[in-house]
Amino acid sequence: MIEINDLTVRFGGVIPLDAMTVTFESGTCGLIGPNGAGKTTFFNVLSGFVRPSAGSVRAFGDNLLTMPHFRRARWGLRRTFQTEQAIEELSVFENVAMIHEHSRRSRASRRSDVLGAIEFVGLGVGPETKVGTLAVRERRLVEVARAVVGKPRLVLLDEPAAGLPDAETEHLGEVIRRIPGEIDALVILVDHDMDLVSACCGVTAVLDFGVVIAAGPTADVLRDPNVMRAYLGTEETV
Amino acid sequence: MPVGGRVSGLRARLGLGRRDALDGVVIVAGVIFAVAALPSLLSPYWVVNATIAFIYALVALGLGVLAGRVGLISLGQGAVLALGGWVGARLLFATSLPYPIAIIVAGLITMVMGTLIGLPALRVSGLYLALVTLMLAGAINVVLTDTNFPNGGKGFLGYNDISTGTPPSIRRPSIAASDPAFLRYTVIVVLVMFVLVLLHIRGKPGRAWAAIRQSEPAALAAGVNVTVYKMWAFALASFVTGVAGALLGSSSHVLYNYQFPTSQSIILFAVALMGGIYTMWGAVVAAFLFQIVPSLFTVWGISNDWATILFGVGALQVLTTAPAGIAHQFPRDMAKLGRLLFGLARRVAPAGGRAP
Repeated sequence: MIEINDLTVRFGGVIPLDAMTVTFESGTCGLIGPNGAGKTTFFNVLSGFVRPSAGSVRAFGDNLLTMPHFRRARWGLRRTFQTEQAIEELSVFENVAMIHEHSRRSRASRRSDVLGAIEFVGLGVGPETKVGTLAVRERRLVEVARAVVGKPRLVLLDEPAAGLPDAETEHLGEVIRRIPGEIDALVILVDHDMDLVSACCGVTAVLDFGVVIAAGPTADVLRDPNVMRAYLGTEETV
Repeated sequence: MPVGGRVSGLRARLGLGRRDALDGVVIVAGVIFAVAALPSLLSPYWVVNATIAFIYALVALGLGVLAGRVGLISLGQGAVLALGGWVGARLLFATSLPYPIAIIVAGLITMVMGTLIGLPALRVSGLYLALVTLMLAGAINVVLTDTNFPNGGKGFLGYNDISTGTPPSIRRPSIAASDPAFLRYTVIVVLVMFVLVLLHIRGKPGRAWAAIRQSEPAALAAGVNVTVYKMWAFALASFVTGVAGALLGSSSHVLYNYQFPTSQSIILFAVALMGGIYTMWGAVVAAFLFQIVPSLFTVWGISNDWATILFGVGALQVLTTAPAGIAHQFPRDMAKLGRLLFGLARRVAPAGGRAP
């Protein structure tokens, strides 16, 4: 469980996150919102790249904000990036292994854990293949494998399906749905593909201008008139 | 089991690819040649030059770790070499430590100093890091001009201001007192340093460096302590460069400040780029360019300024057309040429057969 309370980020006069308050219990949780709503800023706060001016983040009882950023991976935080960041010059195996090396898992379990993670995402290429030679779909899967290796507790997926055709998004959706049960991690999924979010997430929160405007079961949230207004850009009538 | 199968089984167990096995064979053959045959094949002039070239391969190797692996551009490695030379000379004069221990200690002391030079890398990168390290190299040069290199004198600096006669020699290992023997010794030390760097590149630090070079935020998110691993790269590069400095002192018996102009750091970076900073072979090519080409020019009576011009043009060429350097490009070009010639030969042969 991760509890976010009054989380506020200011960049000068811009307030990307404005007293964001939300709790994600378990499973795969969606986080959606129009462009510029503050979704990636929220992930950057969790990763430690952005220091919030106020608020708290408690994940599984631990205060995430006081942890040095590189320590958070060891704690069990994983993330993928909007532009995938699998390391081109390393092989698939090394890409996943380097995450394992900085996790709490022992060296003895590395080989089986890494191969397990590669198998988990259903990557159709050999573990010794250089990532630089892979197509976008495969790189995305390598990133997910990196995110699930070494017993993570909290997995942040930032638009993992961006640029993928429908059939491949479907496969990715299947993989994401299996993470909570098989990896035992809480997943927060940011994506603009509502089919993917509906298919993966039991609950979803909606950010708009840094404020959570709706949260709850995904189907209800997507029907919420405020959410539709935020997406379609109509003026809110109060 | 057939021999081929056994060999590939061994390769698999060591985690090596086909390419690695080929590299391994070439390296073993090259080292055996360099140790057993090279010193007796070369004239005294070229023995000395080859020794210095191998020593500079370590400097280029350090640059390869910094720039090629982590993406840190240091223009201060010439000064780090000078520091290694100073510390090495001081230790070899002042102590009776066994030679291998002395050069390792020199490497370790240089490592501490070189890591301090690398401290700005925690705050700045790219052009600014290059500038800061170049300025530090200049500062080190100024200090060394004032203190001079140890020449067997007393006190902390170990410098004796003697205007006449030859100063005492910086010692060599007793088993490698002659120039050919010292060349052999140098090749072995260089090999050990290359293996040390290879173990780093293939291991946990190498993977962390690859992550940092690609994207620092992604590396942080992967749990890499970017600060520690950047300093680790500076430490490793400074260690091998420090060992190189100690060897250089023994090789030439005496060190002078004018051997280490600040501009040398820039030339070293240019040749490292030309050789190729992404492979370890590149370091060997760079050392050849740095030491052997100017010596050839000297033999041929060509001004050494042409070597500097050549390095400038070469660096430009590498940056525009072949970013991975000669070590990467040359085999490809040769393979392409081979295919071209083979294709031509095939096209000519049937035509020749039909001719009356």
